[in-house]
Amino acid sequence: MAKYLLLKHYRGAPAAVNDVPMDRWTPEEISAHVQYMRDFAARLEKTGEFVDGQGLAPEGTWVRYDGEGRPPVTDGPFAETKDLIAGWMVIDVDSYERALELAGELSAAPGAGGKPIHEWLELRPFMAAPPTITECPH
Amino acid sequence: MDEALLRSLTPGVLGILVRRGADFAAAEDAVQDALAEAVRVWPAGPPRDPKGWLVTVAWRRFLDQARADAARRRREGLVDEQPAPGPAPAVDDTLQLYFLCAHPSLTPSSAVALTLRAVGGLTTRQIAQAYLVPEATMAQRISRAKRTVSGVRFDRPGDVATVLRVLYLVFNEGYSGDVDLAAEAIRLTRQLAARVDHPEVAGLLALMLLHHARRAARTAPDGSLVPLAEQDRGRWDTGLIAEGVAILQAALARDRLGEFQDQAAIAALHADAPSAEETDWTQIVEWYDELTRLTDNPVVRLNRAVAVGEADGPRAGLAALAALDAALPRHTAAAAYLHERDGDLATAARLYAEAAHKAPDLAERDHLTRQAARLNTRQGR
Repeated sequence: MAKYLLLKHYRGAPAAVNDVPMDRWTPEEISAHVQYMRDFAARLEKTGEFVDGQGLAPEGTWVRYDGEGRPPVTDGPFAETKDLIAGWMVIDVDSYERALELAGELSAAPGAGGKPIHEWLELRPFMAAPPTITECPH
Repeated sequence: MDEALLRSLTPGVLGILVRRGADFAAAEDAVQDALAEAVRVWPAGPPRDPKGWLVTVAWRRFLDQARADAARRRREGLVDEQPAPGPAPAVDDTLQLYFLCAHPSLTPSSAVALTLRAVGGLTTRQIAQAYLVPEATMAQRISRAKRTVSGVRFDRPGDVATVLRVLYLVFNEGYSGDVDLAAEAIRLTRQLAARVDHPEVAGLLALMLLHHARRAARTAPDGSLVPLAEQDRGRWDTGLIAEGVAILQAALARDRLGEFQDQAAIAALHADAPSAEETDWTQIVEWYDELTRLTDNPVVRLNRAVAVGEADGPRAGLAALAALDAALPRHTAAAAYLHERDGDLATAARLYAEAAHKAPDLAERDHLTRQAARLNTRQGR
């Protein structure tokens, strides 16, 4: 089994095929989209491949240490930041091919006009723990 | 087996152990062990005296553990301490546990977790699932909380207000898992109301019952939020409403108003209206005025502005809103709503989309996006 992170971006991904902002869809189209996402996660829970899914608020803050006894320095949010993560899903699957297949399905979530969004999702493998058996058997 | 009955015995059993001189942290662990044992053993042979059974088993567990600890200390060359004498029985054990678990030295998240375990009898795993954190994290949170209150005397009455805040949090911020935290909060508040005669305890219980009564109508089958005005009032639980109203009326009659009674009064006025149009908004504004005097909370002022918009028209609501800090949570959503009522659909749609961007949870974000979409669709895409 291998874990993968499916990242959805507010900004920074290449433009989707069906690229209409959500507040320009009909309420029914939004409902259909939300239902698709729920069903997708529920199905992965049933197959034992779902690990976690979370949405993130669009705005965050940059923080850094500023020396002993001083409060941390904060900055941002930066309106010009190119890459903005909207949320993620973590899956635990048997193969890279399966991860691609699932990412493809998620990208097909319906959008404006009830048609698939064809949204670009970023697929990132987790760095795994080192294996127990380190000697190669052959 | 009736798990709710089992769990309702938890604080009484724990109180007896602490009174016999057991320290709170060890006694609490022993009671959890006894509860787990009961779940295993009772279905085959339920005891005649469930509470007596739990006390016996928990006390034995506690002694076993104390002996093992003493032996370990002797082996390690440490001096065996005499157990502190138990406090004189002057107050209700269960009530004392509520005070202890809501002690002001605890952070809100610790007080919530400790209350659910020591008073509610939930397992660490159930609490962890409910708050979506790993079980090990929740176990640490609970054991740190127990250390924090380890020096607190068990025989002094605490402050009911701190207990009410903890129970309010359990009710209001219940998430998921196999335990219904809203129902659990109601159970714990009922248990408290049976022990302490305080109009605000009654007020909080009434508030919970009145909100719980609307729960089935609050979400559509697809999981989306249904605002109050659009809820199917036929799906409200009239039994819970009647009970909540009766409890509230008895509390209000004592003429010691507090914030929970006030909030319950607002909930009761909504529950009382046969339709959204027939809501008595003038009275609701008056209760919000009173609530502002009691708490001076900016969120209350925001809700008041929306109520003013219903009572005196959207322009009056927008004027009330303009006096408040625009950075307040849901300020933009309230403005969007009032602009829509005022007929300015373009502004309303823009503000709904902006509010969705700032929404604190996914259900609310989807709801606000739908509102923007509804207005944009109406105006033509």
